[in-house]
Amino acid sequence: MAKTLYEKVWQAHVIDQIGEDSLIYIDRHLIHEVTSPQAFAGLDEKNRKVRRPDRTIATMDHSISTRSLALDACGPANQLQLNTLAQNCQKHGIELYPVGHQKQGIVHVMGPELGLIQPGMTVVCGDSHTATHGAFGALAFGIGTSQVEHVLATQTLKQSKAKSMKVEVSGSLAVGITAKDIILAIIGKIGHAGATGHVIEYCGEAIRGLSMEQRMTICNMSIEAGAKAGMIAPDDTTFAYIKGRELAPSGNDWDSALAYWKTLYSDEDAVFDTVVTLHADDISPQVTWGTNPGQVVGVGQPIPAPDSFNDPVARSSAQKALKYMDLEAGQILSEVAINNVFIGSCTNGRIEDLRAAASIAKQGKVADNVTAIVVPGSVAVKAQAEAEGLDKIFIESGFEWRLPGCSMCLGMNDDILKPGDRCASTSNRNFEGRQGRGARTHLVSPAMAAAAALKGRLADVRDFQE
Amino acid sequence: MTGITTISGNAAPLNQANVDTDQIVPKQFLTGVTRTGYGKHLFHDWRYLDEHESVPNPEFTLNQPQYQGASILLARENFGCGSSREHAPWALGDFGFKVIIATSLADIFYGNCINNQILPISLPSEQMDVLFAAVESKPDTVIEVDLPAQTVSVDGQSFSFDIAEHHKLNLIKGLDAIGQTLELDAKISEYEAKQPAWA
Repeated sequence: MAKTLYEKVWQAHVIDQIGEDSLIYIDRHLIHEVTSPQAFAGLDEKNRKVRRPDRTIATMDHSISTRSLALDACGPANQLQLNTLAQNCQKHGIELYPVGHQKQGIVHVMGPELGLIQPGMTVVCGDSHTATHGAFGALAFGIGTSQVEHVLATQTLKQSKAKSMKVEVSGSLAVGITAKDIILAIIGKIGHAGATGHVIEYCGEAIRGLSMEQRMTICNMSIEAGAKAGMIAPDDTTFAYIKGRELAPSGNDWDSALAYWKTLYSDEDAVFDTVVTLHADDISPQVTWGTNPGQVVGVGQPIPAPDSFNDPVARSSAQKALKYMDLEAGQILSEVAINNVFIGSCTNGRIEDLRAAASIAKQGKVADNVTAIVVPGSVAVKAQAEAEGLDKIFIESGFEWRLPGCSMCLGMNDDILKPGDRCASTSNRNFEGRQGRGARTHLVSPAMAAAAALKGRLADVRDFQE
Repeated sequence: MTGITTISGNAAPLNQANVDTDQIVPKQFLTGVTRTGYGKHLFHDWRYLDEHESVPNPEFTLNQPQYQGASILLARENFGCGSSREHAPWALGDFGFKVIIATSLADIFYGNCINNQILPISLPSEQMDVLFAAVESKPDTVIEVDLPAQTVSVDGQSFSFDIAEHHKLNLIKGLDAIGQTLELDAKISEYEAKQPAWA
């Protein structure tokens, strides 16, 4: 019987069937300081061990400063959390990349760049953006702390199989359009909860043409449409990315792994529960206007009127969002002034993102009233950017060049906005208060964020290119 | 853990869609290393006018006198969306909620509730309208939730809800999920033995 990519990976991991549910094996468990301390405490209370420390890897990313390598730079609570991670990893024999380590980075940037994530794997992390790793054809999803504890103790999870959704993006992208614009357009089309209960498979010509980093941007935001996970079938682009990385298979192992990876695609006549299609040619640079990522329009389009939504709940959500965002229906976002720019995060903190932003940054200076920060996704990304001179371009243009971490995506450190601040951000959530209480977030691509920094308002990146 | 079977109580109506976990517990309260004490930070930005949590916002539902002591929270679509933070059900439970009834709930949040002895229920929009109308017009309305029978009853009307069998059992018996899986240790080892070296 024809199978989807998701079904193939799922079935390869079923250990046991328990009623309607399956016990599935977890190949890679990524952990960080925020969602793991209570899980380790739970193990300790019951005298349980970590079953597979060799399949568990830890990094510090959420609670750390982007200005200092000191663990106490963001106060004693953050310091305690970071030290707790270090103690737990030491006690249970788990490899940790702490602040200052050359492999440290945002958990979803660090894993792929080490070659830790490979096609067909199951990957979990106590973080909703774990779907990032689906870009490799892995089944990757975010879990809560009780599940982190379950995976630490058993290397398994009890799961119900999700529904499947195929999102096909046909055609090719116009100049200035990026993976971020594609995924925002998808979420805009299906809605903030449009994929709840589903695993998405992204496919089509426009997806095939993307680099691995761009594919990670797409899969990363699957959760913003409510999806359990997002996946892209592995292909030559995937294999070329993995080959030669530190933790990638080599020699004969590479050959046998590759032979298996090449079987990981949805069969031609596989049936999906839901199918959505978009045309890449119709996608313009996207900007969110509201307080969830589904509230998004093209930069040149007017903000929709709440009355244009038939559903009364969607209508009242739009009204509430416009009030919070201090915007009006019909307004064109490129007329809206901003005073902050954030370039970074697990969505857009990789080297290609920084190159795209730098290509705009070098065309001018950050506007006088704008504070703009660039936060690389990992130490490796930072080093690569510096080797290419991107740091100098940013600094010369008036951006601040910071240390790696999650930073202003969620502001668990001191990178937070003030009430009334308005930020063009390459992160993944424009929720009320996400970047600081009373602050307003507009999600955009890295090039769009850099363009906004230079103009002092939301701007169309296509005005910068020849 | 103690199990839950039936719950009768008052409900607080949070008449909003897309209530994300950043609203339920904002990031500045995620630096803890324990599972307790998050109730006072529940809905911080909406509930308090100041950062020190000393000035309640009188407009916010949970601050209104008629909804004090509610054990059931009503909400609209996509409740608990966004971040996977389990601090969200920790805060809801610590505050006193035992049941969340919404038009729909986000996947990760749903699982996190189950793992914390909070019963998440989704009901169709029209049935949610009935619950909201009852509670908004008469705040002392008692809603009865019967988990074994999978029903929500109010004012003589009864609605049934779906829940996976193993979730239901875990809630009713308050089972140790990890302990149950550890009993399958031999099967897990057998699976591991078959994995290729590179996997």
